[in-house]
Amino acid sequence: MPKVLDNFQISPLVWKMRVETPALVAKAKAGQFVILRVNEHGERVPMSIAGLDKKKGLLTIIYQVVGKTSALMTTVPGGGELSDCVGPLGVPSHVEKWGTACLVGGGIGIAPIYPIAQAYKEAGNKVITIIGARSKDLLFYEEEHRAVADELHVCTDDGSYGHHGFVSDVLKKLLDAGSKIGMIMAIGPVPMMKVVTNLTRSYQVPTWVSLNPLMIDGTGMCGGCRVSIGGETRFACVDGPDFDGHKVDFDLLSKRLGAYRDHERKAMKHFLAEPGCKLADAVRDFKYPDEK
Amino acid sequence: MVEKIPKKDRMKVPRQVMPEQKPEDRRKNFQEVPYGLTEEQALIEASRCLECKNIPCVAGCPVEVDIPGFIDLILHRDYAAAARKIKETNSLPAVCGRVCPQEEQCEVVCVLAKKHQPVAIGYLERFVADYEREHKLTRLPEIAPPTGRRVAVVGSGPAGLTVAGDLIKLGHEVTVFEALHKPGGVLVYGIPEFRLPKKIVQAECDFLAEMGVKFKNSTVIGKMDTVDELFEQGYDAIFIGTGAGLPNFMGIPGENLIGIYSANEYLTRSNLMRAFDPDDYDTPIIHGRNVAVLGGGNTAMDSVRTALRLGAENAYIVYRRSEKEMPARIEEIHHAQQEGVQFHMLTAPIKFNGDDQGRVVSMECIKMELGEPDASGRRRPVPIEGSNYTMVVDLVVVAIGNSSNPLVQKTTPGLETNRWGNIVADPETMQTSRKGVYAGGDIVTGGATVILAAGAGKKAARAMHKFLMEEVKK
Ligand SMILES: Cc1cc2nc3c(=O)[nH]c(=O)nc-3n(C[C@H](O)[C@H](O)[C@H](O)COP(=O)(O)OP(=O)(O)OC[C@H]3O[C@@H](n4cnc5c(N)ncnc54)[C@H](O)[C@@H]3O)c2cc1C
Ligand SMILES: Cc1cc2nc3c(=O)[nH]c(=O)nc-3n(C[C@H](O)[C@H](O)[C@H](O)COP(=O)(O)OP(=O)(O)OC[C@H]3O[C@@H](n4cnc5c(N)ncnc54)[C@H](O)[C@@H]3O)c2cc1C
Ligand code: SF4
Ligand code: FES
Repeated sequence: MPKVLDNFQISPLVWKMRVETPALVAKAKAGQFVILRVNEHGERVPMSIAGLDKKKGLLTIIYQVVGKTSALMTTVPGGGELSDCVGPLGVPSHVEKWGTACLVGGGIGIAPIYPIAQAYKEAGNKVITIIGARSKDLLFYEEEHRAVADELHVCTDDGSYGHHGFVSDVLKKLLDAGSKIGMIMAIGPVPMMKVVTNLTRSYQVPTWVSLNPLMIDGTGMCGGCRVSIGGETRFACVDGPDFDGHKVDFDLLSKRLGAYRDHERKAMKHFLAEPGCKLADAVRDFKYPDEK
Repeated sequence: MVEKIPKKDRMKVPRQVMPEQKPEDRRKNFQEVPYGLTEEQALIEASRCLECKNIPCVAGCPVEVDIPGFIDLILHRDYAAAARKIKETNSLPAVCGRVCPQEEQCEVVCVLAKKHQPVAIGYLERFVADYEREHKLTRLPEIAPPTGRRVAVVGSGPAGLTVAGDLIKLGHEVTVFEALHKPGGVLVYGIPEFRLPKKIVQAECDFLAEMGVKFKNSTVIGKMDTVDELFEQGYDAIFIGTGAGLPNFMGIPGENLIGIYSANEYLTRSNLMRAFDPDDYDTPIIHGRNVAVLGGGNTAMDSVRTALRLGAENAYIVYRRSEKEMPARIEEIHHAQQEGVQFHMLTAPIKFNGDDQGRVVSMECIKMELGEPDASGRRRPVPIEGSNYTMVVDLVVVAIGNSSNPLVQKTTPGLETNRWGNIVADPETMQTSRKGVYAGGDIVTGGATVILAAGAGKKAARAMHKFLMEEVKK
């Protein structure tokens, strides 16, 4: 069973976990993901690769508490174990030398764009990175990104830190200013990826996104992860997760992500009410966005 | 030994009826439907066998189990020996006794079938395998001294498990790589608990592990290591038994609405992830009230019966041909009918309609009639113009078959595949176009049966052993 080296909070609802999976790490590339289970009775949850330490065989996952399983993940102590962790899954992000490449990370998407930025940089690109969150306390990985990017832009929706506004506002300014961006990769919540791709379509800059539909096996066996790309059905776990953002049907993706909303909320309420379960205050006080 | 009755009297003994849960009870639970024969029944059933000289039943069995031989051992009340007799050619009797289509294989050709009813070979097979397991009479077979040869088995369905069992006995070192977190293939993720309890599959895998087979679960070959990398790591021969795991969809409008599952997804959620037991397991599943399952095979029957057990008020089979053409086992069709499944034959869906949340609410269908026979020899269904009608549904399960999963083929240069993407293998040795690489089961044949997969595993193991001993120098 894969051993967890450490697992700690990096913003109110975001945790960073490092897992010892040397064989997996040896094969993994930026843009791929893993599927893990916390215990025998748990769900299989997909998580992007947010960092690879090839020497030590360490996989970094950065996850946001959005429901029961992600909340349960916060309870695994350093030195503890996961039930299983399969990967690397999906196709690695396409990397070539475009000249200047721009990475856009919104919310939890700040994590997976980090290894991709490293890969773009290694391929000899000038890397412009834009990261954004709702407010200052929800930002993370700024230092890591600063160390890789040639140019880093940080923004918050409420203006509590960096530029006041959305990542797409910053991107628009760059494009308007005539930045010669050959390639954009945007990862974040579905509405954010939708806005970014709508924007870049008119500038005709190729824009890739990483899609996060519900998944089970991650090997192409169930078809639960199907997405619509240019009108054709694709299985995100084996054909993606990266797709040409200008062809993605984001509305379909949004809807499909809501398939189990009632079930998930019940499970989370139940979990939070369980006595004796040690949770960080932020998790204990967890509220869905529409409950606040 | 039970006194044998004269042959002419044996025909007068009626075939024993399998005791099973009542339809009205079982449609609400996931416990196994048939209870299995009692010892008394098994002895009566065994006494019916005519011990034919030309053994048509053995010829009808894809792996040629010595049927009269094991039946005779039942009459000697040596049930464990009977189970071992079966295991000489079929390593999974507890599974096959439950899921094999005996009515098309050994029982259909049984001499008694002509004028009377065939010997219940499947029931007896199940009886002895269960007896052996439940009475803890399973004994580790003799393992040959280590040969120093290493074998990798990719995929842990019936094909892979059979290869692993046969080669470990011959003294080779065997590692099974499985993509999912549990071994068993379709036996764990596809076939439901009420037809094949998962503890039986687990017992088979535990037994292999006890013999020394190493299981590496959660390891996707082609993503983690490729076939060539396995060779580099020192494996001397590789068996590919990755199954037919890529679900087909209809390709009609609205198919990506919420509430439309592939059978693989529906069954995996329920079986592997145990969504039928929400108190203990986290994976969600949609509980439909009006459920349509598209297709007529075993997978469709398993899906529709699962839907009933998850609380469907109406569970429909929607199939574009007639009942006669349904590929599912007759027993399963009967079980489904008894449980209250409604059959809409000669009907094909043409479109799904959703609500504003993207959930399926209805399905437009068209009636079909049977025309000229097609390439498969079955009469081709032709739509009847103007016969469209709408069915109210909140869950649809698409069970129209699987294609092969391309992960291994795509990452193995020089591995020959046919136009459907199945791996090409020699029918006798199961050797592929790559030296030292063997393949069998659904990945070679397309979706078939447990026993054909296990049989292919047997053949492959035989050829692999020869290859390992003669061509791999140590
Ligand atoms: C390829 C991929 C990479 C991902 N990478 C990350 C990551 O790096 N960090 C991170 O925090 N999250 C990531 N996710 C999303 C993560 O898997 C879900 O947040 C997680 O499964 C939620 O489980 P839960 O029980 O905590 O929440 P639930 O209460 O089950 O669900 C809350 C919401 O999370 C989403 N979700 C639920 N189950 C899944 C699932 N199996 N797959 C995808 N989304 C789901 C749904 O929108 C749901 O409404 C990724 C998803 C995919 C498909
Ligand atoms: C719902 C359902 C009901 C059925 N009912 C019956 C029945 O009643 N009677 C009958 O005889 N047959 C039945 N069948 C058919 C039967 O189950 C199959 O023919 C049989 O399981 C095929 O065995 P296999 O070993 O070839 O592959 P599978 O059982 O499909 O196993 C293949 C395994 O390989 C794994 N795998 C795939 N790719 C990789 C990879 N790259 N790396 C590692 N592992 C991998 C998969 O996860 C899987 O576990 C049914 C099938 C289904 C789906
Ligand atoms: S064909 Fe029937 S009666 Fe004859 S040996 Fe086989 S099982 Fe017995
Ligand atoms: S997650 Fe099952 S096919 Fe993609």
